[in-house]
Amino acid sequence: MSKLLKEVITRVERATDSIFRITVASEYISANAAPGQFVNIKCCDGAQALLRRPISICSVDRSKGEFDLYFQVKGAGTEILAGKKRGDTLDILGPLGRGFDLDIGYRRIAAVGGGIGIFPLLFLLDESKAVVKRSYLGFRSSGQVLLLEEFGERSTSLETATEDGSFGSKGFVTDLLERDIISEEFDMIYACGPYPMLRKISEIAGKHGARCQISMEQRMGCGFGACLTCACMTYTDDGSRHYVRVCSDGPVFNSEDVVFE
Amino acid sequence: MNNTDLTVDICGIKLKNPVIAASGTFGFGREHSDYVDLNKIGGISVKGLTLNPREGNKPPRVAETPAGMLNSVGLQNPGVRYFIENEIQFLRQFSTAIIANIAGNTIEEYCEMAEILSDADIDAIELNVSCPNVKAGCVAFGNTPEGIADITSQVRKHCRKPLIVKLTPNVTSISDIAAAAEDAGADALSLINTLLGMAIDIEARRPILANNTGGLSGPAVKPVAVRMVYEVYRTVKIPIIGMGGISTGNDAVEFLLAGASAVMVGTACLVYPDACIKVCEGIEQYMKRHGFCRVADITGKLMLNT
Repeated sequence: MSKLLKEVITRVERATDSIFRITVASEYISANAAPGQFVNIKCCDGAQALLRRPISICSVDRSKGEFDLYFQVKGAGTEILAGKKRGDTLDILGPLGRGFDLDIGYRRIAAVGGGIGIFPLLFLLDESKAVVKRSYLGFRSSGQVLLLEEFGERSTSLETATEDGSFGSKGFVTDLLERDIISEEFDMIYACGPYPMLRKISEIAGKHGARCQISMEQRMGCGFGACLTCACMTYTDDGSRHYVRVCSDGPVFNSEDVVFE
Repeated sequence: MNNTDLTVDICGIKLKNPVIAASGTFGFGREHSDYVDLNKIGGISVKGLTLNPREGNKPPRVAETPAGMLNSVGLQNPGVRYFIENEIQFLRQFSTAIIANIAGNTIEEYCEMAEILSDADIDAIELNVSCPNVKAGCVAFGNTPEGIADITSQVRKHCRKPLIVKLTPNVTSISDIAAAAEDAGADALSLINTLLGMAIDIEARRPILANNTGGLSGPAVKPVAVRMVYEVYRTVKIPIIGMGGISTGNDAVEFLLAGASAVMVGTACLVYPDACIKVCEGIEQYMKRHGFCRVADITGKLMLNT
């Protein structure tokens, strides 16, 4: 269950030009969060940056009672967040959402991340008991590449792709998955990234009959299921289509359930 | 003054305090119940109901704007019968008033819902004649005095619960609309619904909302809402439930002074699940500070500059 919390920031770090890392001390969230879940942050009091900003949990240090967030500065809210200092208090709602299903039976997994979608996969790799963990990370260009060491430590293999070929192989991360999907016989593919990437992965998984969970993104109002703004069209068991909530029915869905429009 | 009485009576609806969660921002109460004790909230106006289930609009359905937000949910809801069978029982565990907010494509649909809900265990019906996010009907009823008189009088014949008519601000004269609703049999008025707005992604050269336009809410609309409550209070005799950008007790007191008998808190409930309780505490503090014993003593106590 999620809670309304005031927690203290223990570190603020610039990771790339536009991406920041914030470490937050929170016994509650570090004890209760699951991979794929997010927190919803009120960046400042009052009417400025009015709505909370949903940010996925990147990693959790249960022994220290801390968790890490990585976020890209995109607008007023994230700019304020990037300006926070160690010792500042953060107004947090969390942990929220339905995360990844980490069944013990998934022995061979793939973690496929694109851009700022890579972050929740780090937490996933930490918690997964799989024997084979293949990570595939995609970035636009070498300037955006980050967390390679952390992903490397948690994976049995790690490959990267950049769109311009400035780091790793040239092309999309989906090309790497497509190359390996037959030979690797993954029990589960986990993916998080931009919409076109998730659509492509969903297609690839569908074509090969592979099981796949994807973490969806949508503009949110409340983040806890009340306002119905973060709609995602899904198929239900009887084949009909219905809007469900990304924040509380997701953000993680089975790829075959999502209707890509 | 130690004895502050927060109870209010809005056309026969007894509320333990004057703070009601606004429709569309509180679902059917389940999500917020994880964070707040619903027993402490005066009432809950549930997510807008339609006769049949509705899927709502395509996403994106929300865009943040300066001191506010636009939404175009488009009345996604499971339908009035589902609400009666699956949600009322949950809400009735708590001692809070249940207000069923209804919207329709035709007057007949409104009448049918009023008929069905009159036999349900709810405390009042709120007529949403002003949703800006659905194409057919709804908004068309709310923006002329003739339209609102027609729908109010017809629903009145089928409604055996207190009838609240929710007014849209997207009109030239809110007091003409309010007077028409009162004359046609409304027991109370709630205002304002959202202001029609648009936000544009200049890089993509497209509106952010898939629906192109949406309803503006949040602190940005508060001065408009207060002015409208003030105007309507000078025109009608029936109670007014004021809303529009309330996030603190002081915000709520502005509405009470302008003429509201109770308030609704909407957008703030999305940011702070406990917003209603904070607003209520703020009202109580104001009452103590100024020696008001009853909420009704504040209503309309605005002193105009001459």
